[in-house]
Amino acid sequence: MPHKIIDVTDVTIRFSGDSGDGMQLTGTLFTDAAAVLGNDFSTFPDFPAEIRAPQDTVSGVSGFQVRIGSRDVRTPGDLCDVLVAMNPAALFANAQWAKPTATVILNADAFEERNITRAGFTTDNPITELHLDDRTILFAPITTLTKESLKDSGLDMKTIVRSKNMFALGICFFLFNRPLQPTFDYFERKFAKKPELIAANNKVLQDGFNYAENIHAIQNTYNIKPAKQAPGTYRNINGNQATAWGFIAASEKSGRPLFCGSYPITPATGILEELALRKDLGVKTLQCEDEIAGICTAIGAAYAGNLAITTTSGPGLSLKSEALGLAVMTELPLVVVDVQRSGPSTGIPTKTEQTDLNQALYGRNGECPMVVMAARSPSHCFDAAFWAAKLAMEHMMPVMLLSEGFLGNGSEPWRIPAMKDCPSIDPPIVPANDPAYYPFVRDAERLARRWALPGTPGLMHRIGGLEKNNKGGVSSDPLVHEQMIGERAAKVAKVADYIPPLQVDGAQDGDVLVVGWGGTFGHLYTAVQQMQAGKRRIGLAHFDYINPLPKNTADVFRRFKNIIVCELNSGQFAAYLRDRHQPFFYHQFNKIQGQPFTVSEIVTAVRKLL
Amino acid sequence: MKYTAQDFKSDQEVKWCPGCGDYSILAAVQRAFPELCETLGYTKEQFVFVSGIGCASRFPYYMDTYGFHGIHGRAAAIATGVKVANPSLTVWQISGDGDALAIGGNHFIHAIRRNIDINILLHNNQIYGLTKGQYSPTSKLGKVTKTSPYGTVEHPFNPGELVLGARGTFFARTIDVDVKLTSEIMLASARHDGTAVTEILQNCVIFNDGAHAAVTQKAVRDDRTIVLRHGEPMIFGLNRDKGLMLDGLQLKVVRIGEKGITEKDILVHNAQEPNPGIHMMLVNMQAPDFPVALGVIRAVSDKTYDDSVRDQVLHIQANAGIKNVDDLLHSGSTWSVER
Repeated sequence: MPHKIIDVTDVTIRFSGDSGDGMQLTGTLFTDAAAVLGNDFSTFPDFPAEIRAPQDTVSGVSGFQVRIGSRDVRTPGDLCDVLVAMNPAALFANAQWAKPTATVILNADAFEERNITRAGFTTDNPITELHLDDRTILFAPITTLTKESLKDSGLDMKTIVRSKNMFALGICFFLFNRPLQPTFDYFERKFAKKPELIAANNKVLQDGFNYAENIHAIQNTYNIKPAKQAPGTYRNINGNQATAWGFIAASEKSGRPLFCGSYPITPATGILEELALRKDLGVKTLQCEDEIAGICTAIGAAYAGNLAITTTSGPGLSLKSEALGLAVMTELPLVVVDVQRSGPSTGIPTKTEQTDLNQALYGRNGECPMVVMAARSPSHCFDAAFWAAKLAMEHMMPVMLLSEGFLGNGSEPWRIPAMKDCPSIDPPIVPANDPAYYPFVRDAERLARRWALPGTPGLMHRIGGLEKNNKGGVSSDPLVHEQMIGERAAKVAKVADYIPPLQVDGAQDGDVLVVGWGGTFGHLYTAVQQMQAGKRRIGLAHFDYINPLPKNTADVFRRFKNIIVCELNSGQFAAYLRDRHQPFFYHQFNKIQGQPFTVSEIVTAVRKLL
Repeated sequence: MKYTAQDFKSDQEVKWCPGCGDYSILAAVQRAFPELCETLGYTKEQFVFVSGIGCASRFPYYMDTYGFHGIHGRAAAIATGVKVANPSLTVWQISGDGDALAIGGNHFIHAIRRNIDINILLHNNQIYGLTKGQYSPTSKLGKVTKTSPYGTVEHPFNPGELVLGARGTFFARTIDVDVKLTSEIMLASARHDGTAVTEILQNCVIFNDGAHAAVTQKAVRDDRTIVLRHGEPMIFGLNRDKGLMLDGLQLKVVRIGEKGITEKDILVHNAQEPNPGIHMMLVNMQAPDFPVALGVIRAVSDKTYDDSVRDQVLHIQANAGIKNVDDLLHSGSTWSVER
C-alpha cells in the first residue's frame, strides 16, 4: 500500500536520547537538510549539564527540538508532531512535549525491563503508563537494524552501535520526504580522512530511510514546501556564533583589532570558541585564569585601543561586577556579553532564563549606570553584538549585551548581510600631540570622552578607578564627584538619541500590548500573530534596548488599555518599567522553569486580560 | 631623543608619607628610564604603568607616561590585556605585596606562567599600608598587627619562591634605598623578554618601620646581603671576604682565605641556567645564617606569550582562505533564495 503524502505548513520534531546518543548532531543534520530545501526553521537544543550522566536515567536525557515550515517560523514549537526517543528515559522525560496527534518513534531494543525500571517507570508498559496508547507508535529495533546494516563494514561494535542515531534520522527523512544528499555531503566533509565512516554513515542513513518505507507501517508522510524568503544568500546560524561574528564585523568596520578575554562558562563558551577560531581575521582571544581576569584583560586591551569584549554567564557576571565599575569609571569601550542561564548560584547551568536583568542594570557599587541591550533571536545576536560594539566605541563606555542560553544554542536561517551595508563605526580617537586633549573632556552631542591610545606621542595621561575631574586629575572634591556622576549618567541617557524607536507588531493600538525583551521574541511574536485573527486589538512591543529605553516608550504604552509584561523571571523588567514609566499599570506573565515560553501559554495569559 | 629623569615626572603632587620607601623607588625608576630609552630605543609614549590598589599603586600618577590605576589585585590582568592588545608598548606593573600576592595571587602566577612580556615591580613592605596596618601574605610568622593582635599564625610567601614555582623566567631583588642597584635592575628587567619580577624590599615608615632593617641597614647591609651578577663569583661582605659554596645539595657561607678556600672555590652566578635549583636556594637565603640575595637572580630566555600570540596569528593568516568578514559570513554551508 503506497503511503499518502500530505502537505503541511510546519512541523515540529523532537529528538531525544541518552547524552551519548548523538541527538544534538541528529537534530542539527535534520535542520541542515531543511535549510537546503528552503524551509524556515528554529531549533532548541535542550540538554543536561552532565556530559555523560548515568546511562538510561532521566538526568542524562538530551533533547533537540526543531520546527521547520513553509512560512515564517519564529519558535521551535511548543509541542512536537514527531517524538524520537532512543530509550525509555528519553520517552519518560519528553512524552509531555508530544502532541495528542504525534507520531512517536522508539528504539525498541532499548525498551528492556532493566532500562524501563531505570528510567523511573513503575510498570513494564511505558506506553500505557504515559497514556500514549492513542498515538502512532513506531516501535523500531533501531540498534539491531543498525548492527545488521553495518555487519560487513569492518567497523568495531562500539562504532556501529554509535551510528544508530543516523538510522533514526533516516526514518525521519522518510517521514518528511527529505532528500538524503545534504547529509551525505556532510559525511563527505566530516569524515574526509576516514572513508570507511563515510560509507558506513551513508549506508545506515539510507537503510533507516528504506526501513521506514518498507515496513508499510507509516500511512502518511508529510511534505513541507520551501518558505517564501526574501532573495539572498542564507546560512544556518546559532546565537553564540552570531554574537562572535557581530563583534568581528564591528572590528572590521571600526578598524580596531578585536580582543576577547574570557573564562569558559556554560552556555557562553561557544562565543569564545568561535572567536578563538578566527586567527585568520586577527582576532585575539585570551582564555584567562578566571572571570575577573577575563574582564580585566579586556579593560587593559580597551585602554590600549582594541575593541575589547568579555563573555560570560550569570555567575561570571557576578565576579566581574567590580571591574565593570572600573570600566564605567574609566569610560572605556567594552562589551560584556551575558548569556543568561538558570540561577541563582550554579542553578541549572544548561537551561535558559532571563533572570540576570537586575544584575545587569544595578549589580555594581556606587552610581554606576550602563547601557543594557538584549538580543531577540539567534541571528539577531549578530546585529546586537555589532551595535553593542558600535555604541561602546562611539560613546566611550561599557555596554552590557544580554543573550540567553536559548539564543546561544538555538539556531535559525539567516540572510547574510553584506559588510558594505553595515553602518560605519567611528571611534573618537585622538590625534597625536593634540594640545586640547584631556581625559574626561566630552563632546557636546554624545557627552563621550575621547580615546587616546598609548603609544601616541603627546597624549600621556593616567586614568583609573579613583574619581577624576575633567582634566584627569584625581579629585575628591564633593562637587566634582557629583558633577562627574551626573555626566556619566547623562552620557548613558544620551544613547536614547542614537537607538531606533520602539516598534509595535500587530495592532498599533487597542486592548492589549504584550511587552517583552530578549529571547522570548519568537514566542511572543507568534502568539500575538495568532491573536490577530480575533476582534480584539493586540500588539507586541519588544525591547532590544533596556537602558536607556527608547524615547517613544510612553507614547506606545499610552495607546493600549492593558499592558502585560512577559518574561522568564519573576518580573524584573516589569519592576524596571514601573520605576521608569510610573503612570501605567503593568500586568505580568512570568515563568521560571529553565524553559522558554510556549506560544499557547502566552495566548492563554493574554486572553485572561480580555 | 634624549630624556632626563625630569621628563618622567608628572605634574601630580606625590602623596606618600614622608620617609616612605616608595620615594626612592620612584626616583630609581625615573633615573633609570632615560638610560633605558637610550639603550633599548624606547620613546616615552611607549611606556604604560599599570597598578592595582595600595600605596604603591599610586605610582602611575607620578610618572609622565601612559598609566592605568586599576582595582585591587588585578594589575597583572590589566597589564596583560594592554600588552596583548599592543605588543609594541613596554608595560610596567606596580603592585604591593597584598595586591600581587593576596587578592591578586592568581593573576600574578598566571602572568608568570604565560611569560607575558611585562615588568612587575613588587613593593614588598610586609604590611597593608593603605588600610592602616594589617598583616600581609609576606608578614613574618608571629607578626603583631591590628588584625593579628596576638601574632600571625600563618606562614608568609617568599615572592621569589613563588615566581620560580610558577616557572618564572626572571626574578630580581633590590632594596628601596639602593637607587643605584634598583636602576641597574630596571634596565635588566626591561631587556628581559618575558615576565620580569623585581621584588623591592620596601620600608613602610608608618606601619612596619624597620621590617627589613636587619638586612638593609647600612651598617649591616654588606654582610647580610649579597648582590648577584651573572658570571661573577658569589662574594659578599664589607671586606669582600665571604662567599657561597655548594656543600652537597646545600649552599654554605665560607670565608675566603680560611681552610684553604680561595676565590676560585666560590660559586659563580649563572642567572641564565634554566634549571631553577640553585636559583631556588638563592631566593630562599635568609639572615642571619645567609646573606639575602639581591640583584638579578634568574634571567632565562623563553618564548613570550605576546610573541606566541602574534606568531600564531601570522601563521594562520598566511594560509587562510578567509580574508575578511564577507568571506567569513559566506564560509561553510549556505543556500540561495532566488527572486
